Amino acid sequence: MSAVRQFGYSRHPDQDRDRLRAAHHDVVVVGAGPVGLSLAIDLAQRGQRVVLLDDADRIGEGSRAICFSKRSLEYWDRLGVGQRMVDKGVVWKVGKIFARDALLYQFDLLPEPGHKRPAFINLQQYYAESYLADRTAELAAIDLRWSNKVTSLERHNDHCELTIETPDGPYRVSASYVVACDGARSALRGMVGADFEGQAFEDQFLIADVKMTAAFPTERWFWFDPPFHSGRSALLHRQPDDVWRIDLQLSRDADPAVERRPENVRPRIERMLGNGNFEFEWISVYRFHCRRMRRFVHDRVIFAGDSAHQVSPFGARGANSGLEDAENLAWKLALVLSGDAPESLIESYNTERSAAADENIRESTRSTDFMAPATAQEARMRQAILALAKDTEFAKRMVNGGRLSVPSVYDTPLSTPDADEWSAGPRPGSSLVDAPLTDDGKDIYLSDAFAENRDGFALLEFANGTSAEIDANVRRIWIGGDGLADTEGLAMKRYDATPGAAYLLRPDGYVAARFRHPSKDGVAAALARANGLQ
Amino acid sequence: MTKLSTSSNFVKPDDAFRMILEAHRGLEDSASHALDTALVLILANHIGDLDVLREAIALAEQSAGKQ
Repeated sequence: MSAVRQFGYSRHPDQDRDRLRAAHHDVVVVGAGPVGLSLAIDLAQRGQRVVLLDDADRIGEGSRAICFSKRSLEYWDRLGVGQRMVDKGVVWKVGKIFARDALLYQFDLLPEPGHKRPAFINLQQYYAESYLADRTAELAAIDLRWSNKVTSLERHNDHCELTIETPDGPYRVSASYVVACDGARSALRGMVGADFEGQAFEDQFLIADVKMTAAFPTERWFWFDPPFHSGRSALLHRQPDDVWRIDLQLSRDADPAVERRPENVRPRIERMLGNGNFEFEWISVYRFHCRRMRRFVHDRVIFAGDSAHQVSPFGARGANSGLEDAENLAWKLALVLSGDAPESLIESYNTERSAAADENIRESTRSTDFMAPATAQEARMRQAILALAKDTEFAKRMVNGGRLSVPSVYDTPLSTPDADEWSAGPRPGSSLVDAPLTDDGKDIYLSDAFAENRDGFALLEFANGTSAEIDANVRRIWIGGDGLADTEGLAMKRYDATPGAAYLLRPDGYVAARFRHPSKDGVAAALARANGLQ
Repeated sequence: MTKLSTSSNFVKPDDAFRMILEAHRGLEDSASHALDTALVLILANHIGDLDVLREAIALAEQSAGKQ
């Protein structure tokens, strides 16, 4: 079975303090999954000290999330772990949709060259967590405590008090902010008295991760009504180590305890593969919800990842949206803690990420409705689309076997609306678009140049001989002139740039503002706005 | 503002009505449903305008409610 990695509990001096004189920490992150680990690394790289608690002492129970998006990889590049993920992961960008045994259509999620990172990698969640855990060990500002389970939370005006259960018994700490990254069954969600709002789906799915040597290409294959699994849907997707993710739709009334028995799963997989030359890595039967908390920010308790929102797995929108939460929150929390931004900046996390959660829930619900029609007419609609899709472009585009995660575009008070004319390029509220550049003849990417800038805003400028006068805290990324060379002209093109044009990038790589001819006052105003100072 | 055209657009409306009728003639209910479903999707795509589609759905719902 999968590679479980054991970590040790060790007693911390906080546990020896009198309960009335509990230690105080700026930030306590609860949950050392991909979201909590990434958030802790990001905060530490921004100069914050972080206590990271996890109720377990190990990682690696099952593959779980496997698809990590380009956006997540770009984030992990900034956290210093992107290359390791890509080296281990399998890179893919093509998806194929089959109806019965015929290829209906295929899609390419990154059809153009000139990006550092691929559309997606597949990587077992335990590898991702393991590499992130290694990175936390390199950062002295992260205090990672295994087998530390939060059992109570008291909220006060400007801090929280936590009771934490350990193998040595309970202790208390106080924290200015608590970030709950404790997953779908979040205990902290109950402790703030909040609950989910959304929809539960009756449909059941079987996940079997199997180990086998197979010649299938590294593509995402999705079937409607395949001959080996009549009337339902199926998914096949490659992972590292010759492990393949197989996801089979079951009937609504299937008994999960029966369905997950290996002797019952084996014949299903044999019918699919046409042979029995495989071993099981992980078997799971699941139902899912598409739902979210009404608010992600409850005073000093902030929710991120699955604790705040959940979607169906068809679209890789779970872990990836959690990582987008982390990158959205880290810089804001760091600015608030260092006193450089008002506390109200945190509210923009709620605004931006709850809109993103709505978008993910909408997309994921639509995919699920297409896979599991609820009424006779819905089934007819789907049948009509699948039949028309063989010959018509419009119907191909309506076939929904999962719409894969793309970063959200934020309509946010932090953005400065365009004052100039732009015909392309990322508009304010969109994430950075990569492009190939050269630095003194050496090939680099725009995302590399941005990743060097770990702790602040950046002004991406297209040279016209002079540089805009700007705040000293803003780092410049200078393209053209004596800066980075846009040898292929793709940066100019992808940013619809003219000489002198500039993009103000937030610390999370989102566009805050853009200018054809930046002025000192214009950039300063946009910067203030993006810091929540207006 | 209304975008859906409800004025008569065919030179000979009887020809259009007849054409749809004949497509259904002799079909079992299930085949008729399938035909209508495909037709709705094809025509909706041809129109290619969500506002028009929304108004058409609202009008159809109103009309179906009166039957």
